[in-house]
Parts: sequence; structure tokens; C-alpha cells
Amino acid sequence: MARICAEGLRIEFPLYHFGARSMKKRLLGAASRRVKADAQNRVVISALSDLSFTIESGERVALVGNNGAGKSTLLRTLAGIYEPVGGRLTVEGEIGSLIDPAAGLDPLSTGRENIRLRALYRGLTAEQTAALEAEASEFSGLGEFLEVPIHGYSAGMSIRLAFAMATAVQPQILLMDEWFSAGDADFMVKAETRLEQLVTASEILVIATHDMNVVKRWCNRVIRLEVGRIVGDGAVGAL
Amino acid sequence: MPRPDHYLSIDAANPRHAERALADLRDGLSQWRLALALARLDLRNRYRGSVLGPLWMSLSSLIMLIGLGLLYGALFKHKLSDYLPHLAVSLIVWQWMGGFINESCATLTSAEGVIRQMRLPYTLHALRVAFRNSFVAAHSLPLIPIIFLIFGQVPGPEALLAIPGLVLICINIVAGGLLLGMICARFRDIPSIVANAVQLAFFVTPIIWKPELLGNAMVWMAFNPFYALLETVRGPLLEGGGPALVWLAAIVYTTLHVVLAGFLFARFRSRIAFWI
Repeated sequence: MARICAEGLRIEFPLYHFGARSMKKRLLGAASRRVKADAQNRVVISALSDLSFTIESGERVALVGNNGAGKSTLLRTLAGIYEPVGGRLTVEGEIGSLIDPAAGLDPLSTGRENIRLRALYRGLTAEQTAALEAEASEFSGLGEFLEVPIHGYSAGMSIRLAFAMATAVQPQILLMDEWFSAGDADFMVKAETRLEQLVTASEILVIATHDMNVVKRWCNRVIRLEVGRIVGDGAVGAL
Repeated sequence: MPRPDHYLSIDAANPRHAERALADLRDGLSQWRLALALARLDLRNRYRGSVLGPLWMSLSSLIMLIGLGLLYGALFKHKLSDYLPHLAVSLIVWQWMGGFINESCATLTSAEGVIRQMRLPYTLHALRVAFRNSFVAAHSLPLIPIIFLIFGQVPGPEALLAIPGLVLICINIVAGGLLLGMICARFRDIPSIVANAVQLAFFVTPIIWKPELLGNAMVWMAFNPFYALLETVRGPLLEGGGPALVWLAAIVYTTLHVVLAGFLFARFRSRIAFWI
């Protein structure tokens, strides 16, 4: 059973590569809510402060909030990329992240080589790799372009490949940054169907979005973030 | 117990530094296939469109070897049959180590795009740089037996001792990839300092000159870690084994290096994503 549990989660981004001294004066003087000095007197941006929540299997959570509220940071934290400086986080279940599906693509390799590379990134067995290759090449509909280096692809083609690779494996916990909308009209229909499958078959969905239609259609719980804190958490209708 | 990659548990109050650093190392090493594939892609992309491609690596070593060999052989009044085998082994092992040290400064910063998007063991990135450099070195490696054959330099069975020497260098390379990668991600002035230090090390280490030239000052050479490591490979190939002191020094340096890298990696691993 998939489950996410966070208690007092805190993430801070240190500001290292700037003139910390003058910046400290400027920023800390302004009584900012986000920028503060940490225990070692360094300037840090408080990205997430004191988040506590539990997401059980079956919940589809929308993270909403303004730009810079900490939605993407929270997704990356759940994916295990950023480690909290305070609090506890437990994530049980296989994580699939659609945070940036184009990450790790090699522009000078062909589409097919990139699919194999992705399989290596995911640590798949030879059998699973073959399955991913068949699945992703079929779904992307790139045909002979699979044998062409992807730096020659149009933007739409790259997205088709990235999307096909990212969505070919069904995870238990699906982390998404914004609902995809890419490719031509034909592909959009296919992509929508695929995403629906993925979302409905995952045990937990966490999606950061601005789109209220996505929230209403796919989610049964909303967590609203504001300047790195949870300011609302409840059923979709309630917020 | 759930599969480790299907279970993530982080508690800032109980960070389990050592345990999680070891898990990173284990996961990274187990993904050696990915590191190998990425290293090969790096080289393929570097030589894309080039006619000779990776052969340039062998060619540049050969040119260097002939140029330096003729000039310094004459300057030092060494016999070529004596000097060139020494230079070949020294230079090629050095290119491997020195090239690696320079590139390992970017181990983590150059993987920024991936580190921020995917959860991967950091060891993987160090392994990628280690493989890439070893491929480069492997292209010059055939020059050593060729020069040995030309000058009739046939090492005895003690040449096998070069294998533990190579293992020592490999251990240092993985440790160095993490250590330098980490320090250089945090402090952006370090790569320039390292580049200077490597250049200096090339001249103060017996690579173009033979260690005997030092005479009595030779004992001090054990304090040069590059010499110690180099000699664990060169000694077996050229001098029937290499002095015991050198082996001891090489093992001590490697241990210190691994302990330092391991300590800093365990302590600061969780901060790396915020540094790059």
C-alpha cells in the first residue's frame, strides 16, 4: 500500500554564490517572511516550512498556490531529490515522477538510444527494457525518426518521445508538475487517454497545478500552499 | 521489507549519515552499466564529426611521447632505450590521473540537470567520470607495450604487481570524484586552484625526469602522493617491483583519501542538491 507521511517538513535553500554579506543586510533588514538567517548565520530562503500531512492510498492531491509557493519544491522533496533540513518524511511505494520528463535525454543520441538510456536510468532488466522500447516507440508514433538523433526533432516530436518514455511504466505514486499539453491534436487525444489511465491506476497522485479544471476532474483533495506553508487542506469542494 | 527504491524515509533529527552514504555508494556501483553508457556517450559526443575520433587521444600521447622523449632524453643525457619506456609509463599513467583530477571537479556540477530532476545515487556521477577518463587512458595504453617491444624492455613476472597498483589508482579515482566533485560544487574557486595544482604536480613528480636524478633527496619523494601512486605501476613494469616504502606510502595515502572523502560525503551528501 502506498503512503506518504510528512511531519514538520522543512526545506531551506542556502544562498551561497552571492555576496552574502551585503545581501544579508538588504534582505534581512526588510523583515522578509521567506529569507532568513539559519543556525549557522547563513542566508537561506525558506522554501517549505513546517509541512505536516499524510496522503493515503486512493488520494489524488492537487497542490495549488501562487508561483513560488513551494509546489515544485514539495514535489521534488517527495521524489527524494531535496532532503529536508527539519522534520520527517516517509514515502512508501514506487515513485514515478513527471516533473521534467525531458531530463536526462541525450540530444545527440537517437530516439531509440534515448529510450535504452532511460531504461538504464530506471535500472530496468533486459526484459523490461525491451518492453519499454516497444511500448515507447509504438506510443510516440515517431516511426523512422526513432533512428535520428533527437536534436533534429521538432519541439513537438521531443515532447512525444519524452512523454511516451515517462508514461510507459505504471508507478504506485505519481508525481506531476502541471498537466501535460503538448504535440499536435492527434497526439493530444492519445496523450490525454494515456494520462487518464496512469492517473486512475496509480494509488496516489500528487499534482502541482494552476488549472482548476484539472483539480476538479482528477483530484479529491487540495493542499493550498502559500509562501511555503500549508494554508488549506481539504476536499476539492471545500476550498 | 519493501524494496529499497520503493521506500524513502528521511528524518532530519536522525539523519543516519553513514548508512545512507553507504547505500548511495552501493546503489551507484550497482548502476555501473548506466555510468558506463553515459561515459561512452560523453566521448562519442566529444568526438562527433571528427575523422580520427578517439584515435586523437592515442595520437596526441604519441606525439607528446616522441617530442618530450627526444628533447628531455638529450637534455638529461639518458639513453633513449632507457628513457622512453620510463616516459611512456609515467606519462600515460599521469594523463589518466591528472586528466581525471581536472575533470572530477565537474563531477556533480555538470550533472546539475539530472540531479535536480531525478533521484540518483551521487556515486553514479563519480563513476561516470572515472569510466570516461579510463576510456581515454585506455586509448594510449597500447603505446606502452609498443615502446617496450621496440626497446626490448621485457618486464618479468613481477610486472603483475602493477595490477594492485592500478587498483589503488582506481580506488583513489572514485574517492576523488566524490570529494572534488563535492568541494567544487560548494566552492567555485576550487577548480581553478586544482588546475594549477595539477600542473605543478606534473613538474614536481618524476614523469619527464627520472627519480634517480634526485640522488639523496629521493627519500622526500615518498611525501608526494602522485609519485607514490605512479610508482606502484611504474615500479613493477620497469624496476622489478618498486620500493616497499612507496607501496606503504601509496596505501597510506589511499586510506587517508578514502576516509576523508567518505567522511565528507556522509556528512554533506544530503546538501549536494542545494549546492549545484
